[in-house]
Amino acid sequence: MALDPQTLRQFLDTIQRFVREQLEPAEAMVAETDTVPPAIVDEMRRLGLFGMTIPEAQGGLGLGMSEEVQVLFELCQTSPAFRSVHGTNNGIGSQGIVIDGTAEQQRRYLPRLASGEIIASFALTEPGAGSDAASLRTSARRTAEGWVLNGTKRFITNAPEASLFTVMARTDPETRGAGGISAFLVEAPNPGLKLGRIDRKMGQRGAHTADVIFEDCRVPADALLGGKEGQGFKTAMKVLDRGRIHIAAVAVGVAERLIRDMLRYAKERVQFGQAIGEFQLVQAMLADSRAEAYAARCMVLDAARRRDAGENVSTEAACCKYFATEMVGRVADRAVQVHGGSGYIADFGVERFYRDVRLFRLYEGTSQIQQIVIARNMLRQAG
Amino acid sequence: MKVLVAVKRVIDYNVKIRVKPDKTGVETANVKMSMNPFDEIGVEEAVRLKEAGAASEIIAVSMGPQSCQETIRTALAMGADRGIHVLSDAELQPLAVAKLLKAIAAKEQPQLVILGKQAIDDDSNQTGQMLAALLGWAQGTFASKLKLEAEKALVTREIDGGLETVELKLPAVMTTDLRLNEPRYASLPNIMKAKKKPIEQVTPEALGVDVAPRLVTLKVEEPAKRQGGRKVASVQELVDKLKNEARVI
Ligand SMILES: Cc1cc2nc3c(=O)[nH]c(=O)nc-3n(C[C@H](O)[C@H](O)[C@H](O)COP(=O)(O)OP(=O)(O)OC[C@H]3O[C@@H](n4cnc5c(N)ncnc54)[C@H](O)[C@@H]3O)c2cc1C
Repeated sequence: MALDPQTLRQFLDTIQRFVREQLEPAEAMVAETDTVPPAIVDEMRRLGLFGMTIPEAQGGLGLGMSEEVQVLFELCQTSPAFRSVHGTNNGIGSQGIVIDGTAEQQRRYLPRLASGEIIASFALTEPGAGSDAASLRTSARRTAEGWVLNGTKRFITNAPEASLFTVMARTDPETRGAGGISAFLVEAPNPGLKLGRIDRKMGQRGAHTADVIFEDCRVPADALLGGKEGQGFKTAMKVLDRGRIHIAAVAVGVAERLIRDMLRYAKERVQFGQAIGEFQLVQAMLADSRAEAYAARCMVLDAARRRDAGENVSTEAACCKYFATEMVGRVADRAVQVHGGSGYIADFGVERFYRDVRLFRLYEGTSQIQQIVIARNMLRQAG
Repeated sequence: MKVLVAVKRVIDYNVKIRVKPDKTGVETANVKMSMNPFDEIGVEEAVRLKEAGAASEIIAVSMGPQSCQETIRTALAMGADRGIHVLSDAELQPLAVAKLLKAIAAKEQPQLVILGKQAIDDDSNQTGQMLAALLGWAQGTFASKLKLEAEKALVTREIDGGLETVELKLPAVMTTDLRLNEPRYASLPNIMKAKKKPIEQVTPEALGVDVAPRLVTLKVEEPAKRQGGRKVASVQELVDKLKNEARVI
């Protein structure tokens, strides 16, 4: 849905305030306790943040991609762990249902995902299948009552919190690659679904991942997403296509925050009798960061608008994810540098962002996978 | 009962204010504007009254240029039912605003008018008091607590050295202080719904109010730059300086 500029502005103002007044002050505590406080999660629910991308008819806000990314630019000017709370409900956890779910599946799950009543996860990666997701081995066997799933999924975001999993599993053991994969909507708790212990990560404390283990996990026949076999990998790729622009927008938001912190420090910190921001070598770090973040912002907005206009943006989405996540890595590195020794000390928070943003180059397709997608599309289009 | 809430569009509280080079006022071009924080507290209080079943309708009123509609929209998104916008590009001083509010109150017949105790731009702290005087209604200013009873309102006021509770006969005027409540963020769905709520636009002329300024601003200046602080070696020295130099203890 296209919002009029005034409504969008009001949206963005509200989110900016929420970030500044509620989230920023809680950043250090979230990292320390590895938990986003329930009061903040409740406020996110009340604000409607869980349902941004879910259609209005299903209780969401039905934002278009270009609106979604503008919201993310604001919402992500803080610890990325906060986004993770509702990130799967807006992204990989819900979009499979939005894009390919049956009417009944949409009716059953989307309103509860939009309100934040339940959390959804997306389970594609396995111990033996990461970048080569099509080689996944989790199996789904048809029985008289439905399906039985067996296998292990790895690094699944929000698994400890989720009561709904979109699980990619092989329904046709004869077909090796993508064609044998189907997607299932698995509700938790289920006696056949177990979680590994919560992963100890480099950063983004407050956001949780874990293994999800299926041992003769029985699900009804209508758990098959879209009611069709063999479509699971295609669904997963469609979900990740949108996800790439989403993650790129997240990277832009965090970069803008880091630039703000860097700039403040450069103006305050005095050495050799002047603010360090007066030194041209420090200015270069500020300017490079600003120029790159601006470039990424423009790329993300352009790709989002094109997607809203119905264009195939597979190449552009990969360009955005690749450039923006590498960009925020460089910006975070410079932010540490501008802060000097303080940049390495936890109290200043910069080192936390430095660790947090490292993830963006890895998940939802590593930088190398984005490069491959971009080049492959280029070669194919060149005929 | 009907509640009228006045909402002023002011420079956002996070913006660093800059004085115009010619010292006639402060820079407002390309500056982020938002609802006066005390007025947000007013809207919140009205919405809570409505949620508690004590208020039946909330009308948000703003005065000034076309952009004031955005401020009214914020009030509508927080829970007000409809808006009234008095369109004027003139400088509206407290007396003019009070007269305009009086005219609107005469038309709408609210039982309670809520205003902020002051606006964070000019800090006048006059409009609520002037309005009560013009209407001949009771007033409870600097409210930190409101309790409605049949035909009357109990308003707890923050005054120097403590709290005072006054009983007002309704209809009445109340101005809000910081501790009255913590205003909510307008939720995203409510921001979208607010678009469908009506805003009526009127002019000072139509309300029969002369808004010509009565006060002339001679000059606006930046506050004096803060002097650098000083370090003291001991508590003893600090106490000594506070006593003998600053003479504050
Ligand atoms: C915190 C976190 C959260 C996650 N959340 C989820 C989730 O919710 N759901 C989910 O399904 N998955 C999730 N993942 C998994 C994530 O998507 C994968 O880790 C990612 O796709 C990379 O897979 P891998 O770890 O197996 O690395 P590998 O695929 O083993 O890659 C190792 C290295 O080899 C490179 N490489 C691989 N193939 C090629 C190639 N063809 N050419 C060149 N280089 C190549 C990669 O770029 C990388 O540098 C998460 C991961 C993390 C760390």
